Amino acid sequence: MSKFIKLKKGFDINLAGKAEKKVADIEQPETFAYKPTSFHGILRPKLMVDEGDNVKAGTPILFDKKNDKVMHVAPVSGEVVEIKRGAKRKLLEVVILADKKVESVEHKKFSVSDITNLSRDEAQEIMLKSGTWVNLVQRPYGVIADPSESPKSIFISAFDSHPLAPDYDVLFKGNEQYFQAGLDILKKFSESTIHLNIHGENEVSQIFSHAKNATLNKVTGPHPAGNVGVQIHHIDPINKGDIVWTINPYGVIQIGKLFLDGVYDASKIVALTGSEVSNPQYYKTYIGASIKNMIANNIKSDNVRYISGNVLTGEKIEDNGHIGFFDHQVTVIPEGDYYEMFGWIKPTTNKLSFQRAFGLLSFLNKNKEFVVDTNAKGEPRAFVQTGVFEKVMPMDILPTYLLKAILAEDFDDMEALGIYEIIEEDMALCEFVDVSKHDVQSIVREGLDLIQYS
Amino acid sequence: MQFLRDQLDKIKPHFEKGGKWEKFYFIYEAHDTLLFSPNHTTKAKGVQIRDAIDMKRMMMTVIIAMIPCLLFGIYNVGYQHFLALGQEAALMDMILVGAIQVLPIVVVSYVVGLGTEFAIATIRQHPINEGFLVTGMLIPLVMPPDIPLWQVALATVFAVVIAKEAFGGTGMNVLNVALTARAFLYFAYPSQISGDVWTYLGDGSAVSGYSGATPLSIGANAVTNGENVVASLGSYGAGWADNLFSFSNLFFGFIPGCIGETSTLMCLIGAAILIITGVGSWKIITGVFGGAYLMGLLMNAIGVNEFMLMPAEYHLVIGGLAFGAVYMATDPVTASQTESGKWVYGILIGMLTVVIRVFNPAYPEGIMLAILLMNVFAPLIDYFVVNANKKRRLQRATV
Repeated sequence: MSKFIKLKKGFDINLAGKAEKKVADIEQPETFAYKPTSFHGILRPKLMVDEGDNVKAGTPILFDKKNDKVMHVAPVSGEVVEIKRGAKRKLLEVVILADKKVESVEHKKFSVSDITNLSRDEAQEIMLKSGTWVNLVQRPYGVIADPSESPKSIFISAFDSHPLAPDYDVLFKGNEQYFQAGLDILKKFSESTIHLNIHGENEVSQIFSHAKNATLNKVTGPHPAGNVGVQIHHIDPINKGDIVWTINPYGVIQIGKLFLDGVYDASKIVALTGSEVSNPQYYKTYIGASIKNMIANNIKSDNVRYISGNVLTGEKIEDNGHIGFFDHQVTVIPEGDYYEMFGWIKPTTNKLSFQRAFGLLSFLNKNKEFVVDTNAKGEPRAFVQTGVFEKVMPMDILPTYLLKAILAEDFDDMEALGIYEIIEEDMALCEFVDVSKHDVQSIVREGLDLIQYS
Repeated sequence: MQFLRDQLDKIKPHFEKGGKWEKFYFIYEAHDTLLFSPNHTTKAKGVQIRDAIDMKRMMMTVIIAMIPCLLFGIYNVGYQHFLALGQEAALMDMILVGAIQVLPIVVVSYVVGLGTEFAIATIRQHPINEGFLVTGMLIPLVMPPDIPLWQVALATVFAVVIAKEAFGGTGMNVLNVALTARAFLYFAYPSQISGDVWTYLGDGSAVSGYSGATPLSIGANAVTNGENVVASLGSYGAGWADNLFSFSNLFFGFIPGCIGETSTLMCLIGAAILIITGVGSWKIITGVFGGAYLMGLLMNAIGVNEFMLMPAEYHLVIGGLAFGAVYMATDPVTASQTESGKWVYGILIGMLTVVIRVFNPAYPEGIMLAILLMNVFAPLIDYFVVNANKKRRLQRATV
């Protein structure tokens, strides 16, 4: 049964630098990187390539020894030029110097009717080997889906409500048949339903509105309405022992392409956004692209931060850094490494705030697009303010109590207070509005790790 | 501006690890961050931008909300002074007398309190929290104008050390810090926080008929004397201050009492500031007023003695109910922290206040004890709210 969900809680962060709906051609970057850090729960990555090896798009390059059937593959063809490691030799990136023309590993092609007749096991085998399986994220924990499990339902959020989020219509236009083929494949895995959640008011792309084999739900409201976790909470909540899979429409299309065209296609459209970008627009590239060419002669100032993803859940990268696996957006905002005299008390309409404490007047200017820098705007403090997390969390979850349960490592309370229902992104707004400047998202991950691994 | 920044940067190394004043880093940091918002940036992973609010601004909002009470308190101390002496005085004279009496109390509260905070932060090596900015203003406002300064100092030290730092500092305390200061004085020096202290007389002597009574003590006396409270309030001050305790005077605050808590109107202005800015919980404020009014009505219905028969609306304007409701009960750390818990917490404070007033003739002011008592029960209220949430989630699982 389709549902219509109207959310009231939340906050739309209106930033300057929305991408113009135009897909620009750029010279493809020289390097692409596969970043295992984009995924949670890769415990013992085993590399299958060395520096100097040549790979094709779709060649397996690593797997997790804990989950050895799931292959991670190269997004483009070329030479592995660097294997970047961090502290304790943690694998950070496998960097590939790309060929001018991408060559792909070839898989078996299927017609639409073949797909209908395909069994779950066959489809799963192909997905695992081809590298498309990693698009399936399992809740609880937000880790790569376990192929030996069956989810009670699969959720696809067909819109992104994050700040400066790319328009899914631009990202996925023209992929209708692939999306449908992907849905048809996914249908084999879900015991009950595939929920495809579209925005209840905005114009919805045909790719989603005409989709079959899925239940179409409508969701309205401010961010985090587009977060799949919030949608799950209101449509088919996760209880202890339940398993739900989520997948981005990009992943569905990638699966569709694999079966219809027989290739692992890592091409994607990425939005370059943010107040410091001269021409914010969309670019066609591949998973893991270096942002170097995209930002060349396109940035207004020197002291900026490059973020793979959005400003709420993204990760800082260098000016020659690579985009994360799940990101369709690069955001460039000013660095906030400056002192401001009496900055804590000066009245201003230019500082974005969800709150209205003395002098914070941005609420008078709701339609203004704000330029926000990376300044932390305060020092970390103990929990003092109450009630504000609840205003940005459209779930029947008590965020402060859940965070305190995690900090106290109280497993029973974590479970009872709803840790199975959330991952970091669902509480990102709490981190934004927090007057005590806690690292809410890393606390959430700490809790998920505790529950999952102890 | 840059000069000041340069000077701070120049002395900073002395306070950092290995520097000669390393121990005093947090004192340096407190001053530095007061002058300049720091240059810290967000971490590599997680939110990349932060809301413009910080603890200092939030606390400062509360202080701003208290300014109407402080200004009116200064005026009223002078006004009551000349009224009790039976002298005519110009507005400026009243303000002057009030300022001379009140400002030293404010200064002592801040100097002693911040001194204690600095000392503890140095010993325990933790950053100085902004909580005392608010406490430092609350303490003077709940003191009688005649309070000896050494008592203010002692109460402040007691409150900061025992009520707050012993529990781990701002955010960890169980009891409202400013109320603890007041309760300390009430129990340690009862004779100096009752009786004639509510009006500053100075060296002068009061007019005949002046008794130092407060509306609440008149109410308490009504129980023993069997006199109608409203009539007693109406007749009090006859000859030297007619209609001193009229309903409008009680509402506007032209009555003797603690420095900042006589005026319900000023408290309501403060409440408006707290509610509009979202810093204070409207649920708690409404709950306290509503609870007190309902309990007042219930008392009227029972009506065993004259104090019980006092019209319920009088409970809202006499004593420190409004001040307590707006500035003390809303302390986010010691209040209920869940949204539905805030209703229960506020309503119970209001009801308890009236119960304590009416049934406890030894101590006619009820709001202080009611808030302190409910501070202790707030976690229990939250416990039930949180449990209800857990149960809801569990029930869903069986469906």
